Amino acid sequence: MNTLNLSTPSPAGLRRPGSLAAVLALALTVLAPSQGLLRPLADGLLLLAALAALRPASGPVRGALSLGLIAAAAVALFLALPTPLQGGDGLRLLAILALAQCSVRQLAEQPDSRWSGPATAGLFGLWLLYLWELGVTVFEVPRVLLPAPSLIVQALWDNTATLGGDFVQTVLKSVLIGYLLGNGLGVLTGIAIDRAPFLQRGLQPVAALTSTVPLVGVAPIAVMWFGFYWPSKAAVIVLMTFFPALINTLAGLEAAGKLERELMHSYAAGYRRTLLWLRLPTALPHIFGALKVNATLSLIGAIVAEFFGSPTAGLGFRISTEAARMNMPLVWAAIVVAALTGSGLYALLSRLERRVNFWHPAFRSR
Amino acid sequence: MSTDALHRRVLPVMVVGAVILVLWYAAAIGLNAPGTIERVLAPQGAWTWTDLLRATLAMQRPVLPAPHQIAADLWSGLVDWPVDSPRSLWLHTGVTGEATLLGFAAGALLGMLLAAAIVHSRTLERALLPWVVASQTIPVLAVAPIVMVILGSLGFEGLMPKVVIATYLCFFPVTVAMVQGLRAPQRLELELMHTYAASRAHTFWMLRLPASLPFLFPALRVSMAAGLVGAIVAELPTGAQAGLGARLLTSSYYGNTVAIWSALVMASVLGLVLTGAITLLEKAVLRRMRPAPSRSGA
Repeated sequence: MNTLNLSTPSPAGLRRPGSLAAVLALALTVLAPSQGLLRPLADGLLLLAALAALRPASGPVRGALSLGLIAAAAVALFLALPTPLQGGDGLRLLAILALAQCSVRQLAEQPDSRWSGPATAGLFGLWLLYLWELGVTVFEVPRVLLPAPSLIVQALWDNTATLGGDFVQTVLKSVLIGYLLGNGLGVLTGIAIDRAPFLQRGLQPVAALTSTVPLVGVAPIAVMWFGFYWPSKAAVIVLMTFFPALINTLAGLEAAGKLERELMHSYAAGYRRTLLWLRLPTALPHIFGALKVNATLSLIGAIVAEFFGSPTAGLGFRISTEAARMNMPLVWAAIVVAALTGSGLYALLSRLERRVNFWHPAFRSR
Repeated sequence: MSTDALHRRVLPVMVVGAVILVLWYAAAIGLNAPGTIERVLAPQGAWTWTDLLRATLAMQRPVLPAPHQIAADLWSGLVDWPVDSPRSLWLHTGVTGEATLLGFAAGALLGMLLAAAIVHSRTLERALLPWVVASQTIPVLAVAPIVMVILGSLGFEGLMPKVVIATYLCFFPVTVAMVQGLRAPQRLELELMHTYAASRAHTFWMLRLPASLPFLFPALRVSMAAGLVGAIVAELPTGAQAGLGARLLTSSYYGNTVAIWSALVMASVLGLVLTGAITLLEKAVLRRMRPAPSRSGA
């Protein structure tokens, strides 16, 4: 190594044994007896792809070529998805594992570019899904324990209407209303309290205390007070999101520097103008931090509150009742919906933040 | 000077606390009044405002129990019963605390190991880290019932599933913060280690690990709180016999509001004690590290 590469270890020493294992496993795969029409084709493609994964690809053309081969192998692997374990499949599994490891590592070693990061993560995710499917089918895991991804997709497809209803009940009614109320109240209270340092000093420890209180525990009380329908869930969410929003708003309003405040003062800007043009914009990164954390918190609040009692719809209701009925594919489908919602909310907020906070150093550098 | 500190720090907190208490009593009177009139006072015939006031604060199953009722229930739960009785709050707190602590230990250890691996392997960093970060946007507690079912059908009951869920919740904050912390050393410092011909292990123990501690401890507090929530929620769907979550569920089933509130108070006290313990640990560790630039190892 002639350059100092300190942040990551040198890959050269690591690549050898992995490649060797891959080649061995592949040789064994090809030698192993195979049945069916698709098997030889799939094995051939597997071999090609593994070879592509083994060759250190540099430059965009070669990288694209090896990626293409890996994609072809993925198709082959999908076609060759085995039924329960047969003789010789153990070796094939080994080869597939080696291929997975090699291809991910190779993609990770590509120089940084716009697509290489997401591509690596994406490939890793795809491999994980594939190995999940493969493992579940090959080892005949009962679907109560762990349904295959294909079954989950099937359940998603079959129960679109049910899950859509759950989505409307949990996300559009409980989460959205609770989230807007909780964050709105938190931010407004923060701005109001900011004028009274006495109140601020008194409230801050109280608000900090609530961060260690398991606030989802109020769900049974909320259900008792506000009934089974969405208001009780929204109430839990308001309580859970209020304090993070409040604390972050207070911290954000403090973030404006002395110099800037004095500049505003020298312009004869009153409290309202200073707040509007200086302090609120500087507070926005903090407030967005709270908004992002609260997005996940509010989903959790709604789902857990539905464990305590709910109308016959809602993601939390679906998860708890279908888990009790051992209908695991549908439970996982509901979790997929919840996960997509959570990540979607987060992505939406990140995008909004970039739009609003374009001036902030964290975004300016891109 | 101390009176000044008293005025600046303690007084506001006490005033806010007192205001909350007063508001609580007012809310309790207001919320309980209709039920009290309907169930307690109306059957007796004539009643005065003082009767109403006294009755609202001493209801059997109030909508909002008054603070002194919760305190009385807490006291009786802590003192009146032997520790192994299902009515004792010590038992429930102990059961939940045990699951939280075990889950926290496992989760924190797992998170630290994974972070060390991620910092040292570009493949893991680029393939795994985005998923770890993305998984924080997922409402993880939704998975809790599934974990319970899976582990239950594998023959694990009682403590084990709760620990798994608490581990799962503790693990992510620690990983993310630890990766950030292990990367905190400046390039200059890393190059200095390089010129000393420090091995990767040396760099890790002498530079990266100490640099990561300020990131680690806040994450440990967060994950302890998350683990407690996980342990409590894990007690909900299984019909667990003991634990604060089970206590919440059974109390809500019987409409015993005072018991719900006292279980909540106990849960927050447990959370405070556990995170407070981490704060103490942090202080002790940082104090030991401060005067030790010349000493070797930790």
